[in-house]
Amino acid sequence: MKTQAMTRAGANVVAYAATIIFLIPIYILINLSLRPTGDTTPGFLPSRHATLDNYITAWTTSALPGSILTSVVVTTLSSVLVLALATMAAYPLARSTARLSTATFYTFLVGLLLPFQLAVLPIYFQMRDLGLLGTIWSLIIVYGGVQMPFSIFLITTFLRTSVPAEYEEAAHIDGCGNIRTFWHVVVPLLRPVLGTCLILNAVGIWNDFFTPLIFLAGSSQITIPMAIYQFVGQYVSNWPLIFASLVISMIPILAVYLLLQRYVIQGFAGGLKG
Amino acid sequence: MMPTEPTSTAASAPGLGAAFAQGELTAANGRRRRGMGSVGRSLWWFPIPAALIYIYVVLVPSARGVYYSFTNWAFLVKDPKWIGVQNYVDNFRGDAGPVALRTLGIAIAVVVLENVLGLGLALLLNGKVKGRNVLRTIIFAPMVVSALVVGYLFKYIFGPPDIGGVNTLLKAFGRQQVDFLGNPTWAIWIIILTVVWQFTGSSMVIFLAGLQGVPAELEEAAALDGAGYWKRFWYVVRPLLAPAVTINLMIGLIGGLKLFDQIFSITGGGPGGQTQTISTQLYFLFSNFGYYGRAAALAVVLTIGVGILASIQFSVLRRQERNT
Repeated sequence: MKTQAMTRAGANVVAYAATIIFLIPIYILINLSLRPTGDTTPGFLPSRHATLDNYITAWTTSALPGSILTSVVVTTLSSVLVLALATMAAYPLARSTARLSTATFYTFLVGLLLPFQLAVLPIYFQMRDLGLLGTIWSLIIVYGGVQMPFSIFLITTFLRTSVPAEYEEAAHIDGCGNIRTFWHVVVPLLRPVLGTCLILNAVGIWNDFFTPLIFLAGSSQITIPMAIYQFVGQYVSNWPLIFASLVISMIPILAVYLLLQRYVIQGFAGGLKG
Repeated sequence: MMPTEPTSTAASAPGLGAAFAQGELTAANGRRRRGMGSVGRSLWWFPIPAALIYIYVVLVPSARGVYYSFTNWAFLVKDPKWIGVQNYVDNFRGDAGPVALRTLGIAIAVVVLENVLGLGLALLLNGKVKGRNVLRTIIFAPMVVSALVVGYLFKYIFGPPDIGGVNTLLKAFGRQQVDFLGNPTWAIWIIILTVVWQFTGSSMVIFLAGLQGVPAELEEAAALDGAGYWKRFWYVVRPLLAPAVTINLMIGLIGGLKLFDQIFSITGGGPGGQTQTISTQLYFLFSNFGYYGRAAALAVVLTIGVGILASIQFSVLRRQERNT
């Protein structure tokens, strides 16, 4: 019994020590962001003159306020677009045995193997020809296509393994039309996988830097990572100010994460396993 | 079987998918239910919008990317001509060889460290640790933050003498300061550390999900038979974690091959191009030099790498599923 208690205490110590080591970069981030210019306290100690001035300067001189709104709009529209179209596509693909349906499903899966880097130059010129470069519409269309294969894969797999067709058949026998069956019977049963999809897509789109770097270069409508990139370029080594902007940029997503942490973690584990 | 379908999906199903389709799906557990087919059949047109956007954004541009990799397409070349594998030759005569090896090396280092740490943390936080949910939440948190932001954070921590976090610490203790990011070897390890710090939580969470699949009775039975912790881990838990390991390895490796944000923010590929990876190299070929054909050739190389890894993952996972 005694050794067991000792192991348990040991496990606790190691777990908390590991977590504290994990948090060191966060401590450095916050500590530096509170530091006024000309503060001579060594970088790793808490500043003696902590101030929120950097936050005010970062908020007022960077493109962050507008970019948060842009990021919200882009993430929402893209995620909803992907979720709606992927759910529609997945339903017949999961339920039909026709060879063409199977072929279509596998054609979508091919997209999982194609890195975005391969398609990016041709899409760039396609978007230029459509006159959408520098607008958020180019991003929404690109995310719509790029995120589609994974979402269809997750939803189709879930439909096949966890949603029995009996409910739909029962609804059918009761005289429920196809689209009503889909909307009132199938979609509610898909809630867990739709949540996973939404979380994975939204986090990916929210944090994506490569796509806006290419499609929004030189535009005034930019997403958060682009705003940070521009701000860092502007204040090359004013680290306290840069760090304040980094903290501001992290607040929205961390707030959502802490509110929904159980779902987010489950969603990640479930989605990545699938 | 399904008379209404062909016209719609034919457009979205060129030969590639059909080749896959023959062998695989019959084995899937969908067969029984899918045989009943009537439900959803009349909604055959539902995949069309998704297919259109997918074809426009993924399939067509990817095919064009492969084609352009064999042309002399560039910023100043309005009318690209077929030049065979010249772009590939030029890339590998340049530094594409070392860049590809470096990319793979970083990916492997990241994956090994992430999984060792992730598994250790998962075993710890699956046990009886007080407030383990809070600890899990904290360790997973960096995963939801932008990789670019994390990159800038670590760029400061390992910044130049008298400025960077570690260097001010070294100075305070009277030690020699180090120009970490001015040294390619240091710089690469710092990039690896950055990625590991951010994504260990994700590997931990997948292991935790795997550990929940280990039946408690099985472990208790082994314990009653006198198996110690490590023996139980090796003979009972480890085999059941095999799929989680495969998934973690492959997500990490494929993600590692595509690494961009962290390098872009920490070193920008420097010093002297010595921390370039395929993705950053490709970006600079495109945006700084306008070598579209060469950038496309590099993207094809990346695609082949990802394809090889994915097929390994697929076959390993299938073998594991057959064994359990």
